[in-house]
Amino acid sequence: MSHRFSDVAALKDELAGVDYLSDEGIAGVVYLADRLQKPILVEGPAGTGKTQLAKSVSEITGARLIRLQCYEGLDEAKALYEWNYKKQLLRIQAEGGSDEDWTDLSDDIFSDEFLLTRPLLEAIRAEEPVVLLIDEVDRVEVETEALLLEILSDYQVSIPELGTIEAKQIPLVFLTSNNTRELSEALKRRCLYLHVDYPDMEREKEIVLTKVPDITENLADQVARVVRSIRQIELKKHPSVSETLDWAKTLVLLGVEKIDEQTAASTINILLKYQSDINKALKELATADGVTP
Amino acid sequence: MTVTDAAADATPEGVGDPILDLLNGFIVQLRAAGLPVSLTENLDAMQAIRHVPLEDRETFKYALAATLVKHHNHWKAFETVFEVYFSLRGDEYQIGDELVELPEMDDDEQGDQQGSGDQQGGGGENLTPEELAEMLYQSLMRGDQQMMRGVARQAVKRYAGMEPGRPVGGTYYLYRTLRNLDIDGVLERLLEQEQNEDGEAPSDFEQRLARDEYQSRANQLQQEIEAEIRRRLVADRGVEAMAKTLRKPLPEDVDFMHASREEMASLRKAIWPLTRKLAARLQRKRRHGRKGPLDFRRTVRASLSYGGVPAEPKFRNPRPHKPEIFVIADISGSVAAFARFTLHLVYAISGQFSKVRAFVFIDGLDEVTHMFEGVEDINEAVHRVNTEADVVWVDGHSDYGHALGVFWEKYGNEIGPRTSIMILGDARNNYHASESWIIKAMNEKARAVHWLNPEPQSYWDTGDSIVGEYAQHCDGTFEVRNLRQLEAFVDNLA
Repeated sequence: MSHRFSDVAALKDELAGVDYLSDEGIAGVVYLADRLQKPILVEGPAGTGKTQLAKSVSEITGARLIRLQCYEGLDEAKALYEWNYKKQLLRIQAEGGSDEDWTDLSDDIFSDEFLLTRPLLEAIRAEEPVVLLIDEVDRVEVETEALLLEILSDYQVSIPELGTIEAKQIPLVFLTSNNTRELSEALKRRCLYLHVDYPDMEREKEIVLTKVPDITENLADQVARVVRSIRQIELKKHPSVSETLDWAKTLVLLGVEKIDEQTAASTINILLKYQSDINKALKELATADGVTP
Repeated sequence: MTVTDAAADATPEGVGDPILDLLNGFIVQLRAAGLPVSLTENLDAMQAIRHVPLEDRETFKYALAATLVKHHNHWKAFETVFEVYFSLRGDEYQIGDELVELPEMDDDEQGDQQGSGDQQGGGGENLTPEELAEMLYQSLMRGDQQMMRGVARQAVKRYAGMEPGRPVGGTYYLYRTLRNLDIDGVLERLLEQEQNEDGEAPSDFEQRLARDEYQSRANQLQQEIEAEIRRRLVADRGVEAMAKTLRKPLPEDVDFMHASREEMASLRKAIWPLTRKLAARLQRKRRHGRKGPLDFRRTVRASLSYGGVPAEPKFRNPRPHKPEIFVIADISGSVAAFARFTLHLVYAISGQFSKVRAFVFIDGLDEVTHMFEGVEDINEAVHRVNTEADVVWVDGHSDYGHALGVFWEKYGNEIGPRTSIMILGDARNNYHASESWIIKAMNEKARAVHWLNPEPQSYWDTGDSIVGEYAQHCDGTFEVRNLRQLEAFVDNLA
């Protein structure tokens, strides 16, 4: 089968072309996932672009993005497939008068026509290339995870009444997790593992430059530096990339050219969302000596 | 893909046996470092390296990591093993050539960047300490990675004083190199320079940002130096021996009582996500727990729609009984860290308990519950406990007997049938009276009394440890030496 990407460097460039700045690790794992036909489990702190990665990959490959948002209580009927029992009922009632054989009827009502496909089955049955995004997989219960196993390892779905449906094409699968609980070993074993952390300063600066229009290089550099300093402090919640971007946009709107203490103090609530964090960060940033390494 | 498929596939396409052997050796080392690598993952790794260019070290590393490491916590361990195991196998990592090549490279850089072209090939050997210091200064100012690497190599060669076969660890060499380089001094100089350029005195805020910038470059340099030392050590002693010396326990296995300062820092970082996970799990468990007793009235009401047949039994909502927790912790020197982590953990999930009260003691005892109330930052509260609590009665050596006596006298009446008591300590009583009858009396009133001991079980009841004497009156005695054991215990409790 043909591969989606020719090599790692090209993939990285393509991702940059749709404004997703990856690094060696990210591009490398996506490339491998394509070659090995394995799903990718993307973990990392909130707001580091895990979901965006899947979106960007679907954009550069021109594949349709099918998204399954996980939540507590997600079940087979919402994730895989469901029988359209109302339609089945109508079908049975329509036949009410005639003396059709029951086996024929049951064959009829358990056919494709009465099947409601849900995201996972849809991704398997699609004719055209798709990217399947299973978002925040850590939110489902451990038992529900088992639903995913068959599709992740063999790219197939077994429906008792219909038999096994195999994938027409191998979708590129992304699972994201915010790490609120440990995922089961069985799930992890089937996936390639990618940990997306906060970007280093250089990359963050690049991200700010590409995503915030009208920002000067100088300001972007300062933004990245301040955010890096804040991330070094022990806080409850560190600023995410999306919060950095919000902050940069705010600064541009306010017409700030150079970040000084006052500007930082008056806008820091965009970066940090806990009062105790804000107090701590402001206190820390005002001391010239810095934390001892 | 089945096992035979993979094995058959792995050889024909150019990846010969040597690579497989190499990879197998690597995986053995990973397992020895405590990483759980399964057979499927092993096969995946072999598949993966067929698809990446082997000469590209970074990509090769990420390919292995993506298939073999499935926990972020294990990344550091993986990296250490990788650096050691593959340190001598890359092209630019050949140690034999290096002695000839390196000085030249350094010299080139010097020629390029400082314009002092008068030194010929091999001149790097003759770098004076002043020139090396200047190079260090320049490399930090520019943040030039190539130059830093050069400085690191020179510095290690010159200052570390490494001798073949000498049985000292890498930290010793690192210390010697860093002491001679005086990085802190260079940082000060850089900061002053910054101020002079501006003309006006920078605010504290600007200074702070500049310092963070240079500090991060200095850290980068230190990493280069560490890598260089490791490389030389591996060349000297061989891969297996080095992998063994550098093997560090995973964060969840670090022993509370013998954690180094660095390990403490990583523990502190690990505990926050751990508590978050634990809280989420407990909440889930509670929500999906058993249903309450049969609700007769509602069942009869529901039966009316089935013509009086109670087809659909209704249950009361479960009344989760949330336990009340008393934590009594020894905070004397040897076990202070353990008490700190346990208090942190218990308070972080205090929503799962109806009430949490904390007491700390050495030879006196003090209630510290109020220090945690209304405080957002648990870290700070724990810090206050260690500095403000009034726990010394006579001499500041642990006296369990007296501390328990004080507890029983002052708070004994407040123990109720829903109270779970956790006592934290090594029960090293300095040969004072044990007063173990108090534990017995407590257990009669309370729901449960658990004793958590941070010492390895084999040390119990040796020397002045009298944990056995207390244990006979407790519902359970647990060895809790690391985060993994602590998490398991709290999970069971709630």
